[in-house]
Amino acid sequence: MNFDLSPDETAFRSEVRRFLDKHLPDDASHEDPDFLESWHAALREKRWIGFAWPEEDGGAAGTLMEQFILKQEMATRNAPPLGSDFMGLTWVGPALIAHGTPEQKARFLPDLLAGTSSWCTGYSEPDHGSDLASLQCRAVLEGDEYRVTGQKIWTTLAHEAKWIYMMVRTDPDARKYRGITCLLVPMNSPGIEVRPIPNLSGVTSFNQVFFDNVRVPVDNRLGEEGQGWLVTMAALANERIGISESTEKSDHLDRLIELARTAQRKGKPASADPTVRRRLARFEARIEAMRLNELRHLSARLEGSAPSSETSLNKLLRGELEFEMSELSLEILGTAGLEEGPWQRAALNWHGTIIGGGSPNIQRNIVAERILGLPKD
Amino acid sequence: MNFGFTEEQQFLRDSVRKFLDERASIPHVRNWIESDPGMSLEFWRELAELGWLGLTIPETHGGAGLGWVELTVLFEETGRSLLPSPLLSTTLASTAILDHGTPDQRSRWLPSLADGSRVGSIAILEPSDHLVPSALQARGEADGSHWRIHGEKSFICDIDRADFFVTAFRTGENDEEISLAIVDRGAPGVHTEKVPCLDSTKSMGRLKLDGVQIAPEAMLGAPHQAWPAVERLMDQGAVAATAEAVGSAEAVLAITVQYAKDRVQFGQPIGHFQGVKHPLAEMHVDIESIKSLLYYAAWSLEGSPAETPRYSSLAKLYASDAFTRIGVDCVQLHGAVGYTMEYDAQLYLKRSKWFRPMFGDADHHADRLAALRGLR
Ligand SMILES: Cc1cc2nc3c(=O)[nH]c(=O)nc-3n(C[C@H](O)[C@H](O)[C@H](O)COP(=O)(O)OP(=O)(O)OC[C@H]3O[C@@H](n4cnc5c(N)ncnc54)[C@H](O)[C@@H]3O)c2cc1C
Repeated sequence: MNFDLSPDETAFRSEVRRFLDKHLPDDASHEDPDFLESWHAALREKRWIGFAWPEEDGGAAGTLMEQFILKQEMATRNAPPLGSDFMGLTWVGPALIAHGTPEQKARFLPDLLAGTSSWCTGYSEPDHGSDLASLQCRAVLEGDEYRVTGQKIWTTLAHEAKWIYMMVRTDPDARKYRGITCLLVPMNSPGIEVRPIPNLSGVTSFNQVFFDNVRVPVDNRLGEEGQGWLVTMAALANERIGISESTEKSDHLDRLIELARTAQRKGKPASADPTVRRRLARFEARIEAMRLNELRHLSARLEGSAPSSETSLNKLLRGELEFEMSELSLEILGTAGLEEGPWQRAALNWHGTIIGGGSPNIQRNIVAERILGLPKD
Repeated sequence: MNFGFTEEQQFLRDSVRKFLDERASIPHVRNWIESDPGMSLEFWRELAELGWLGLTIPETHGGAGLGWVELTVLFEETGRSLLPSPLLSTTLASTAILDHGTPDQRSRWLPSLADGSRVGSIAILEPSDHLVPSALQARGEADGSHWRIHGEKSFICDIDRADFFVTAFRTGENDEEISLAIVDRGAPGVHTEKVPCLDSTKSMGRLKLDGVQIAPEAMLGAPHQAWPAVERLMDQGAVAATAEAVGSAEAVLAITVQYAKDRVQFGQPIGHFQGVKHPLAEMHVDIESIKSLLYYAAWSLEGSPAETPRYSSLAKLYASDAFTRIGVDCVQLHGAVGYTMEYDAQLYLKRSKWFRPMFGDADHHADRLAALRGLR
């Protein structure tokens, strides 16, 4: 137990801070394409996109602790994300590194790091959501090609992505988990049709994707046939880590505290109400617990364990937190919360993030069954 | 940066747990709390020999010279077994002397605390239960080079066992003019009264001080300036008690998980039903989160003292809320047997009730955290 930074870690932190001083102007806009381009170029030069990946795969072979420091420092300065292709970098890349052939790595990783490819993820189907392993989208091997026929749904960013990382059923007779295979498929393949689905805010973030006899070269299979579930277990854990980062919640809390200080409730700032202050303190406790849980899980990984069920803890914490924080913001705003604005958007978006990556009930099942050893549903 | 325990710390945990499993399992605990003197003096001496009473006392004073991370390990394990001993009280008393005593005071008190021949406790709160300087009304008046204390102290742990009390009292009109002294149990004017406690694995009581004379060599730290020391002592108490709470919560969760696997209704183990297994999963999430906050708070006591107020409050706030729920839910998940004296779940329920207000309840710590962020 020692939370002091080692000399190397301190040096690394200074390096990150210098980088931020140089490349992140105070008035930088996260929407400005010119700024984002130079920002990503500077990050790439440092190899800080794919920071913890092995050097031969284009990463910087950074330690997990350094990666933690990097993310914390970036968040403290409100920097844009490390790379634009969140799904590609958070789980597709690591899956390629773990299971890809040398040819596949050479083919996909450079574009991923350069931000010139963009990925979406095809797991869910209309009839197979939480029970993911029962998925039915079919792939049949014919010579050196698979023919894919079926549907995916809720596919985030399918309308923009160049590639889809997807799970298909290659053996309908094998046991549920055994008949699944992972494929990497270009979204411009003939036979793919994408239909956007507006979410309840009216925004298009996810889609339905139809596959009609789509030809996929066998070289685009990630891992062996029938190993798709194994490949994806790690990807799902990485997804839960990626979407439950505490830095995002600390930022949310800072903004909420600012709101509580400035918004008037019954003629006084909302923060004059002790129950409001106590709710804020309870959020702080859970956000800090998430941050330290992350760090504790990283320490365990240094001893050799791979990310797995423990990643459900922060996913659960995050879901509840985000809900309660959104509720407080709307309570503070009162009727003003009905007027279009960021708090309203956050409150509505929560209904998506709580389900995406696996619903809370499924996370509780994971904890109960895999960690506590309780009977399966 | 590293969140793991060292091999030595792991070894300490294993050996503490092994000893407690053998010598202080729940049947032993029940025997102790049902008999009057409770744990025997010999047993207490054995704990001293194991080094538990002087874990953080320097080796020069007969202790093991370890730190708060090791103490946290120890308290997690004693909490797991609900050990009904004055270990927490005597540790806080020795910590106060270690942190604020003169070299003479350390030599005089610490060896006897480490070898178990003396037991200490702390007397900070008063009937109002409010943890702010203005709530401390026990008053010391200067009497030559001595002080005379009049007042009442409440919620004192192990009142029946302690030979002395590290006592906070007011020595001036200004809010924070607080002093700390070692008050001997046998001194004229000291009246102790044991009060039955909801959690019978913990003992509690009141102290009345009727003009108790305090010699200069019994004063801890400079007069009038002890409020920061009181706050730190309360933070140390919060950390130690939270460590106990983690152990207790893990124990009652383990018992309840086992019960959920064994108890069959509607043709299946009740752990099959999500109404049972989901609350158990939530408990696990909370316990792991408390551990993360607790370990950081414990490390900060020596590693980064400026961060201790924030982290001890984060840990105690989270733990007060969560352990309270865990205590309640675990009893309920047992059905009617949970409501019986015979079943152990009730012991942990009562411990969770003891823990909730101790060393500051959730609201106290939430208010403090808000104030640290400049909200008031
Ligand atoms: C914003 C968003 C983005 C998404 N992005 C993607 C993506 O990019 N790619 C992708 O493949 N998928 C994506 N998804 C889909 C997501 O993974 C699924 O929605 C999720 O797994 C749940 O499946 P479902 O919607 O079919 O709900 P169902 O599985 O039908 O569940 C309905 C309800 O029943 C509950 N339930 C189901 N099974 C159980 C059980 N065993 N015990 C208790 N309760 C149960 C669930 O908790 C839920 O509340 C996204 C979803 C959202 C909302």
